[in-house]
Amino acid sequence: MKLYLKIWRQKNADSKGSMVDYTLDGVESDMSFLEMLDILNEELISKGEEPVEFDHDCREGICGTCSLMINGQPHGPDSRITVCQLHMRSFNDGDEIVIEPWRATAFPIIKDLIVDRSAFDRIQQAGGYISVNTSGRPVDANAIPIEKEMADKSFNAATCIGCGACVAACKNASAMLFTSAKVSQFALLPQGQVEAAERVQNMVRQMDLEGFGNCTNTGACEVECPKGISLENIARMNREYLSASVKG
Amino acid sequence: MGKLDSKVPSGPLADKWTKHKNEIDLVNPANKRNIDIIVVGTGLAGGSAAATLAELGYNVKTFCYQDSPRRAHSIAAQGGVNAAKNYQGDGDSVYRLFYDTIKGGDYRSREANVHRLAEVSTNIIDQCVAQGVPFAREYGGLLDNRSFGGVLVSRTFYAKGQTGQQLLLGAYSAMNRQIQRGKIKSYTRHEMLDLVLVDGKARGIIARDLVSGEIERHSAHAVVLATGGYGNLFFLSTYCMGANVMAAWRAHRKGAYFANPCFTQIHPTCIPVSGDHQSKLTLMSESLRNDGRIWVPAKIEDAEAIRAGKLKPTEIAEEDRDYYLERRYPAFGNLVPRDVASRAAKERCDAGYGVNKTGEAVYLDFDAAIMRYGREKALTSGMKNPDDATVRKLGEEIVEAKYGNLFQMYEKIVDENPYKTPMKIYPAVHYTMGGLWVDYNLQTTIPGCYAAGEANFSDHGANRLGASALMQGLADGYFVLPYTIGDYLSDDIRTGPISTETTEFDEAEKAVRERIEKLMSGSGIHSVDYYHKKLGKIMWNKCGMSRNEKELKEAMKEIAELRKDFWENVKIPGTAYSKNQELEKAGRVADFLELGELFAMDALERNESCGGHFREEYQTEEGEALRDDENFKFVSAWEYTGEPSKSKLHKEDLKYENIKVKTRSYK
Repeated sequence: MKLYLKIWRQKNADSKGSMVDYTLDGVESDMSFLEMLDILNEELISKGEEPVEFDHDCREGICGTCSLMINGQPHGPDSRITVCQLHMRSFNDGDEIVIEPWRATAFPIIKDLIVDRSAFDRIQQAGGYISVNTSGRPVDANAIPIEKEMADKSFNAATCIGCGACVAACKNASAMLFTSAKVSQFALLPQGQVEAAERVQNMVRQMDLEGFGNCTNTGACEVECPKGISLENIARMNREYLSASVKG
Repeated sequence: MGKLDSKVPSGPLADKWTKHKNEIDLVNPANKRNIDIIVVGTGLAGGSAAATLAELGYNVKTFCYQDSPRRAHSIAAQGGVNAAKNYQGDGDSVYRLFYDTIKGGDYRSREANVHRLAEVSTNIIDQCVAQGVPFAREYGGLLDNRSFGGVLVSRTFYAKGQTGQQLLLGAYSAMNRQIQRGKIKSYTRHEMLDLVLVDGKARGIIARDLVSGEIERHSAHAVVLATGGYGNLFFLSTYCMGANVMAAWRAHRKGAYFANPCFTQIHPTCIPVSGDHQSKLTLMSESLRNDGRIWVPAKIEDAEAIRAGKLKPTEIAEEDRDYYLERRYPAFGNLVPRDVASRAAKERCDAGYGVNKTGEAVYLDFDAAIMRYGREKALTSGMKNPDDATVRKLGEEIVEAKYGNLFQMYEKIVDENPYKTPMKIYPAVHYTMGGLWVDYNLQTTIPGCYAAGEANFSDHGANRLGASALMQGLADGYFVLPYTIGDYLSDDIRTGPISTETTEFDEAEKAVRERIEKLMSGSGIHSVDYYHKKLGKIMWNKCGMSRNEKELKEAMKEIAELRKDFWENVKIPGTAYSKNQELEKAGRVADFLELGELFAMDALERNESCGGHFREEYQTEEGEALRDDENFKFVSAWEYTGEPSKSKLHKEDLKYENIKVKTRSYK
């Protein structure tokens, strides 16, 4: 198939970017979306032009590195997958495809389609952990049975890959889904209880400091999340936050 | 033997580690504050080592090329992590895990290291649960286990098909706690380009900031390389796109011996190649072999009809299917180790029984499991005489709960529903058992330079068992290296900060800059990927699942020629001092082009078949690997002397005092 691509090109953080048009022929439906971009880049390199830079690594939907806005949708038209799992069979011959980076104040553009998501790391550093040292002598793993339902819910929250699609999807560029996933993972486990109040307050404070917007419950984040992280986590974080605030 | 002293402690095997921990020198907490450690790579081994070293009080700097430590490729490990907990009461023990690992590795790993690994395996599960890693649990609230290849017990802990993700996020959270405390300084989007030696000791690295392109100097009292494996040498593999050998190879060029480079794991269950555009291959977890049955048509005309699109697998009668693993290996069946399963698939496909367009695929079929689970569920739900459709529906729900994410991943890539038609799979490069040679303390042949996780060679011999990579990464990082490194650093308590303003750093930086300039000044005919793909083809065709003398010699010659071509004609657009992904790739491929030649030479020198290394000249009448313990029961450790083909071989003899060396049989 033949495709008409409009891609955001930006030299570096300080320069002004713009959309650039490319026509790409010979795309096959079995190719992944990123393999389609690989082919475009091979063409650009052979012409002596700089290839389009985009973030990607595992190419199997788990590392959370890839991060493209395709025709206005984070990770493209298919649901519950990352860009690297998107295949060209989702497109038709002659389609126009608009490819942009995540857009959020807290995610400044580094180059072309690559953004800086270190704000996510700083939110995790503010409290996304259980304070236990490596000793080789903690209690036996089976000493505290955990109800399967709670363990499964905790796991579901923990499957967040930190890609940032939730922020990109949100009109307020809110990071509530991302932050609440980690808060929930620990809030649902007995091991996470001890620091629960401090954790939620510290993580929310950092989230606000980074310049992410507020949550207005539109639910766009849940729809676009490649891992299906549930809005319930935001509700749980709000409860955790409230009860932590009441405790002082 | 020269430098190859494995430093294995004396005494009975089961006491060695405890005794060693009691005898090695410690650094007191106040002095740890004056000691800096660089950790390169933030996967399971690097992340857990960095966190633990920082907890102990050392000043740690971590480096990763990804935009966050959380994205290291350990995250993609699916199936699970082994530990000798014996929660299932099925007779598991530290000894049994040790034994299975040595046997699985085809008697080419070091006894003392493997026993230690089995010993600390139980600590890993305790540690991870304490950190809040949400492992799968049973209804009673206790941890669940499953089976993996090459063993007869259930000792694998898991979190759906995302165990690596959960363990890595656990290590990442432990790192984050130390970053917040100021004990770890995390450098992301940074790549190590060289190791700096001062008076023969590793004292720092030269790194490139991948955003600005700036070259930086970082010093430390010791350097830990936890930079993973080198499977991307083959271009197509289940590795992430950025995985590379640069850090390990730079250390090798500075004096660290490279061990068993030809020991590569080719994983039997991956999604087959679909075309020339393919950039990577996707694994379907080994856990699927718990329930999936592998087969090809028994009749060659059926295989031909399938390839021509005239027949569907579901139309082939049960008696016309060849469940070749169950046929050849009745004791282990579909759960034979990976090397055995991969070779068996290749054997069937080479004989003309392959089931996709290219003839390089076999079936992994869940139909029997779906019906079995469905009947069980119908019984426990009190249904009497349910029809097949109901049973199938119930069974599909159970299979979905177990492997849902893998099935979804498969369907997205292949566009076929694996609940309704068998998966098509074929072997692909997945892991490298070889790596930097390390002693019992995980120190390389360069004092102060350590290697952990997949980057070292130590624990898996010639073949790694499933769910043992996560075990080794975390064992090295949480429980081994943080202690053994203290023994070395105890001599450095009075050294003080290491200056980066020395001739050693000047020279290392100069060499790095010259190399970058040389890369950028290629005549500009072909892209980096052009060379990487060519290298991959040579490796796969001549150094892949089966190898022979003639082709290995050809491979060495072809790789050397390709390397020369690369340096003259590679084309890298953009500039060196800005973000430049092509330049990043070029540096990595340049090192693969050297390693590839050593890899082929190592395979050529090893005149036997063992584990993942199968030499066509050395096989039994039944086509099984034929080991030569008399002449090859050693670790090949290569010393760099200026050219890969002129590398010097050192041998570490392997002694088995606690295990009887036998022919490995899974029949």
